[in-house]
This record gives sequence, structure tokens and C-alpha cells, in this order.
Amino acid sequence: MRLADIQKIAEIEVDFQRAYKYRINVCCSSGCIPLGAINLLKTFQDLVTEHGVIENCLVARTGCVGTCSVGPVVVVEPGDYIYEKVTPEKARKIVIDHIILGLPVKKLLFENKTFIEKQHRLVLRNAGKIDPYRIEDYIASGGYSALVKCLTKLSPQEVIDEIAASGLRGRGGAGFPTAKKWSFVSRAHGSPKYIIANLDEGDPGVFANRTLAEADPHALIEGLLIAGYAIGAEKAFIYTRAEYPLAIDTLKKAINKASELNIIGKNVLGTSLNFDIEIRLGAGAFVAGEETAIIASVEGRRAMPRPRPPYPATAGLWGKPTVIQNVETLANIPLILQNGGAWFSKIGSPNCAGTKCFSITGKINNPGLIEVPMGITLREVIFDIGGGIPENRSLKAVLVGGPSGGCLPDILLDLPIDYESLKTAGAIMGSGGIVAIDDQSCLIDTAKFFIDFCVAESCGKCTPCRVGLVKIKEIFKKIMQGEGKIEDINLLSKLSTFITETSLCGLGQTAPNPVLTTLRYFKQEYVEHLVDRSCKADKCFKENKGVNIN
Amino acid sequence: MTNEPINLTIDNIKVTAKQDTTILEVAKQYGINIPTLCELEGLSSYSGCRLCLVEIRGSTKLFAACTTPVTSGMEITTNSDKLKEYRKITLSLLLSERTHICSVCVANGNCELQDLSNELGVDHVPFEREWTNHTLDSGHNFLVIDRNRCILCTRCIRVCQETEGAHTLDLKNRGKDAQITIDFDALWKNSSSCTSCRKCAKVCPTGAIYVDDDFISKTKDKNIANFLLKRRQL
Repeated sequence: MRLADIQKIAEIEVDFQRAYKYRINVCCSSGCIPLGAINLLKTFQDLVTEHGVIENCLVARTGCVGTCSVGPVVVVEPGDYIYEKVTPEKARKIVIDHIILGLPVKKLLFENKTFIEKQHRLVLRNAGKIDPYRIEDYIASGGYSALVKCLTKLSPQEVIDEIAASGLRGRGGAGFPTAKKWSFVSRAHGSPKYIIANLDEGDPGVFANRTLAEADPHALIEGLLIAGYAIGAEKAFIYTRAEYPLAIDTLKKAINKASELNIIGKNVLGTSLNFDIEIRLGAGAFVAGEETAIIASVEGRRAMPRPRPPYPATAGLWGKPTVIQNVETLANIPLILQNGGAWFSKIGSPNCAGTKCFSITGKINNPGLIEVPMGITLREVIFDIGGGIPENRSLKAVLVGGPSGGCLPDILLDLPIDYESLKTAGAIMGSGGIVAIDDQSCLIDTAKFFIDFCVAESCGKCTPCRVGLVKIKEIFKKIMQGEGKIEDINLLSKLSTFITETSLCGLGQTAPNPVLTTLRYFKQEYVEHLVDRSCKADKCFKENKGVNIN
Repeated sequence: MTNEPINLTIDNIKVTAKQDTTILEVAKQYGINIPTLCELEGLSSYSGCRLCLVEIRGSTKLFAACTTPVTSGMEITTNSDKLKEYRKITLSLLLSERTHICSVCVANGNCELQDLSNELGVDHVPFEREWTNHTLDSGHNFLVIDRNRCILCTRCIRVCQETEGAHTLDLKNRGKDAQITIDFDALWKNSSSCTSCRKCAKVCPTGAIYVDDDFISKTKDKNIANFLLKRRQL
């Protein structure tokens, strides 16, 4: 296949889709499949055949719409009618009323306008809209046109300049400017050069990257291809975890299809670019998301971080210059090349362009996956999009940034979400986990929960993280059993700062964040536990009541 | 450019270094003592114990001297009050992690953990101590591994892999459960790759790996890796 053929495929597919008046998108992502989405897809296919509207209505399997709490979710186009908790009986009603009679079934619709309106879906532009198994669907929606543009009109340096103009920063958590990383590697001596796509999402309650790979694998592939062209790499690895079977399967199918069409492989689309993509699976350790640990794991060694320098940009995979990029960053790349860096830089906040995906979970009415412009406030995310706290309870704290994020109090709800302001407040962007904590929760218990996670996930290499976190856990255990002393506050604070400053990698450096932020914003709760031996949420001091605290 | 010497200061002493040398190497050349445990000359650097952390002016971060290369104009502090405090915490954490009772340890008097604790003034351990019950393997003819005395510095793993080339030893599990393992979790006597060269016992900083039929003061030989490396380069 050659460059011009992409345009032809797009035209044929657009004509094919235009023939249908309606399109029923059945979400078949990891969230909806356990709720019966695959059966539902078949039901819809049978129903349109049965009612003779198969000529009129296309039934497609898609990725995640984002409203994961009300699955299985079905979207009817045109008009983006989102139907929630669809059963085979409801499916029949939807086909008869909506498709045949043209009357949307109001009472079955997902009624939360702000959930959709407040979002800005760039990375998730195709999630829930296209069939991830069909490359034609992606191409018809403008896919691979950015690649064609790069290969025909732009030099590698111009691609990097465009990314620089966009102000895109790494979405993996640290927020390093993407263009800067690319120019380091493009200028670095040594060959071959490599790209690693980081799809190793280890945080509990975070599923943005998985959803992206399941819903729009070709966006990731196109991002990798453009990155490869820009920095002069011919080989990319997608590093993911064995726990993501659907994402792996979707990616494999997408890679095979792209190879078939010569979008990847030797002489991509008849040009001089050679590019290969390989999937590497990790066994699912949290630390394996750290960039030097990924390198070790891809090389076949134990996923343990190593000190930097040397940075992966100069000596990464097998000692060669390597770009390691989160998949969310990569999915932004085609859009920036399509619409220009200047367009992208206007989205989001001034020092932080673009959008960010967040997995919102915890005590919230609409848990799910959202994408919002940078600079949006936590209040908008929790109350407007998330729909507030269930059962008329009030919000006590928000944990931002996954298990090593920070617990922020409600007075900080108007904090704009971007890398810098979160850091100042004691939280991190991390992988984009937001957990709402209501007034029925004990923050000592919550902080201990996340410390437990990091204790279990520490690789064991450096002393502060391996041993220090265990000591913090023990202090929490004592506090929760009613054996804590008021001095423990100082010890916790000292030990947490020590671990933050002395640990080797990001895991240890951020693991004490939940402790540090609860000490900073909720000290009173520690004092209540230590002096009054009282836990307002009634989670602690249960040792005597026969409950064992581990 | 690559051969030009680098000028920098360590603890206000002006020093000159070659390109591509680490802070620790330069400090050693000038007789400036930076405490280390996992680092051993002749082996690759591991940067795990975090005792050799130093401050560099202009950065709020701490840097491991064993792996950070010197650059021109660096102003390094190796013994600020904060660093001294942090080294004591690190040693206390190591002492509290497993069963370290000097009086009943084969390495008593020949232990780097003990020596450093004395030297840096660790007079008590402010943390709850764990009394671990990890496996002890004394089935080998003369080599013994007592994992309760291990500080996971991985010198044994590195000397086995890099100097001896056997790669008998490695790590298993993670976090606090990480252990030195022999082959694929074998008993030492059943190991098919171990050459019984004793290098692991020679470099072990504590009493975790030792030779059963000899005085530990005779067994230990910190210079073995560097000595062999130098001989091989001749």
C-alpha cells in the first residue's frame, strides 16, 4: 500500500458508513464485558436483522464511553444518545422505538449532561465511537492522515518543532516536555534508537491507559510511527502487563492489520521509513512503570530501577538512546500533527497545554473515565462531572495521583489541576487517579491503605523504600490499635520526609505523599486518634472488638 | 574535550578529576570518606543502600556518590548535619529490618554494618525491630547463608555474576520479602551452577554468607573483585 491509499480507504469507509442512517455502538471494553456486553452486541445484531433494519442501522463494537458505573453502555448515533444499563429487553425497545420509529427512549438514557459537556475528549476522541478491530473505521475518522502529512510534508525536525509549539508534556506523571525528550534522543549518538510505549498502569483504581488501548489502538500506533520518524527509531516496544488481556489482544490485532496494510514494517507506505512494533508483557509490578525498570524488564531482567544519569535518552534500552513515553502522550501526537501545535497550545491552561484523562473512583456518583482540559478545578471534576458524593454525604478529601498521590482537603477544591499546582499542594498528577473520600472515611485508615500498597510493591532495592515504608506501616498499625503516642506524628513526618528525599526511584520518592498530606491538612484527625483515642469514622480501635487489623 | 580534567569542590576542598569518574571515586582519591555499604570496587554500582548520598549545591535533591558522575564546577557536601542524620536513620532501618544481634553473629568484629554503626554514632535503634525467621541454608560443604543477617546489598549477586561468571545467586520476591536465592530457589548443596569459589562470602559485608570451616576474619576479602578485575586487565 502507498501513501495515497490511506485517502482511498477513508473515502470508501465514509461512503460505506454514510449508507446507514443509524449506528449503534456497543461498548465492549473491560468494564462492560463482565456485565454482558458481548451478548448484548449479538442481541443488537440479531434484532436489527429480525426487524429488517440491517440496511439502515450499523451495529458496531466499540471501546469505552467513560460512564463505567452504568454499564453495559450503548450509544446510538447520530445524536450520541447514551443508553445506560442496557439489557436484552431494553435492547429490543431501543431498536423498535429509536431505530424504527425514530423516538429516543428517554427513560433509558444516561441523564447527566455535565458529565459529557464539561469534558474535552482529545485522547479519547475515538473511544466509544469507532470499532477498535477495524482499521478502516480509524482511517475514516481521520486516522493515519497525520502520519501521511509527516511523511510527505515535514522533516523529522519539523515534526519535533510542531510538538514543541504545542507545549505537550509527558502524561506519565512527571510532565517532562515531550519535544525536549525527542530532540535529546534525536541528537544522541548511538544506533539503533528505540521507543518504548509505557502501558504499564499499576495504580489501583486507574484504567485510563488500558481503556485507551482497548478503544483506539491505532492512535497509539500512529503516535509511535510519528515518534519513530521524528527521532530516527525503527523499533518500538509497547510495554504492558499480562493483566490487560483485552488491551493486548486489541493491540495485537491492530498491529497485525497495520502490518498487512504496510503501515508498519519495511518501507512504510512506500516511503523509506522502516518501523516495527513489538508487545512486551510484564508480570504486573507497580514499579515496572518506572522508566529504568521498564528498560530492565524489556531487556528480560528483573524490573528494578537504576539511578539516573545516564538517562534513557542517552543510554536506555540495551544502552541505546531510548524515548519512553506514556501511551496517553503518544495518542496526542497524531492530533497535534493534524491540527498544528498552535491549536493544541490553546487548549488547557497556559503553562500546561492539552487535556488529561482521569479515572474517577471512590465515593462518587459517576465513577468512570473522563478527559478534561488541564487547569480545570477539582470541584468541577468531583461535583459537575462526577455528580457529587452519594447518599447526601459530604466530601472530606480527594486523593489525586494514585496510591502515591496526595489527600487534598475540600478547601483546595478550587485548585486548578496541572502539574505545578498539584505539586505545590503535595499531590502529583501521577497516572491520573482521583479518589473521592467522604466524611464516613477515616484518613488514618486511608493513608495506611496506600502505604500498604507501596510496601507490597516496593522492589526491595533501596533501604528507605524497602524498610522505611514498613516502619511507617507499623506506626499506623499501632495508632489504629490505640497504642499510638503523640510523638508518632513527628516520627511519621520525619520518616516520610527521609523516604521522599533518599529513595532511589519515583516509587519511594512519592510513596509517603498520602502520609505527608494527611499530616499537613488533617493533623487534627491524628491528634484525635492519638490523644482522645477516637475515630469518628469508627474504623480504628477495633482490636478489642474481635476485628484483626493487618 | 573528553580528556580535559574537571575542577570541582568536595567539602570546600578544591579537587581535580578525570572525565567519567563518580563523586565517590574522586572523594576516595582525595582521602575524603563517604560511607558505603553496597558499593564495592571492582563490581558494578548498585546504589541501593543510600548511605553515600551527598548534597550538590544548586539542587534540593540528594545524589548517590557511587553513581553520580562529576561535572565541572560541582560543589559537593558530604557531611552536612542532615546527611549525618539520614545516614543514621538508614543504618537504623537496616539494623531493625532483620535479626541483627552482634553478640551471637559470626561476623562480630568483622562486620561493615557494625563498623559503620559505631563510626556514625548509631547508639540505639528508634524503630520497632523485626525478629525475622528467614531460611538458613547450611547444607553446602562449607558455605552458609543466613538470610536473617542479609542487608540486600547484592554484592554476592554481583560478584557471582560479574567476577565469577556463575550467576548462581540472584534476588527473588520484592520489597521486604526480597531474598537472595540460589539458582531457581534451590538448596545450596543442590546448586548446579555454584563453583564453590567463596567470593560471595569474601565480599559479604555482614554475617549473611560465610565459610563455616574458617575464621571469618580470614574469609573476608573486600578487595577480591577489584584485584581480579585489575589482573584480567593486564
